[in-house]
Amino acid sequence: MIEPALDFGFFAVSLALLLNLWRLWRGPTVMDRVLAVDTMVINAIALIILFGIEQRTTMFFEAALLFAMFGFISTVAYCRFILRGDVIE
Amino acid sequence: MNFLLELAIAALIVLGGVFALVGSIGLVKLPDLLTRLHAPTKATTLGVGGALAASMLFFFGIEDRLSIHELLISVFLFLTAPITAHFIAKAHLHEHVDLRDRLPPTGRPQGWSTFDGVPEADDAERDSDPPPR
Repeated sequence: MIEPALDFGFFAVSLALLLNLWRLWRGPTVMDRVLAVDTMVINAIALIILFGIEQRTTMFFEAALLFAMFGFISTVAYCRFILRGDVIE
Repeated sequence: MNFLLELAIAALIVLGGVFALVGSIGLVKLPDLLTRLHAPTKATTLGVGGALAASMLFFFGIEDRLSIHELLISVFLFLTAPITAHFIAKAHLHEHVDLRDRLPPTGRPQGWSTFDGVPEADDAERDSDPPPR
């Protein structure tokens, strides 16, 4: 019963990543692209977790945690660059 | 019992997938950034949260080992998602200053703090405060 649910999960999250890619391509503003990348990071984390369930290993959680941290830091750094013209003043 | 466990795990995975998809559809369909901003928060909280809960239940119930790395990820995401959304909204407002006229009134003497800054305390107010010791 878990297998078809995992198939559906992979399908849904992959489709979500494609939709985010479309928003990343279209824009229209810079912050739209930042938001699209941020959502892509979230969906990539979901994909990593589903892959971990499928492979029956807990090894990928460190990768997911690193993704979460770098996604947050890059988004905040870019927004700060837009707001202040510099990341670290 | 095992069937119920598998059912719960499968339901959580499907829930997470559906909410991730709904968040991204909202990101594509909604008209402008300030409305678009609220769709991916569903993907962050419920989408990833559902997948993480399914993972915890799977490793605890079927693989028979306790894994709490998922809690670390979910706590980190739940803490940082509002900060990210706040920064994106603020940067967007400062990039498009023409949006300033369309913001609703704050109902207070000072305007939106992201544009007007923190108001100076009045002299009368400052005098009424007890002096710091």
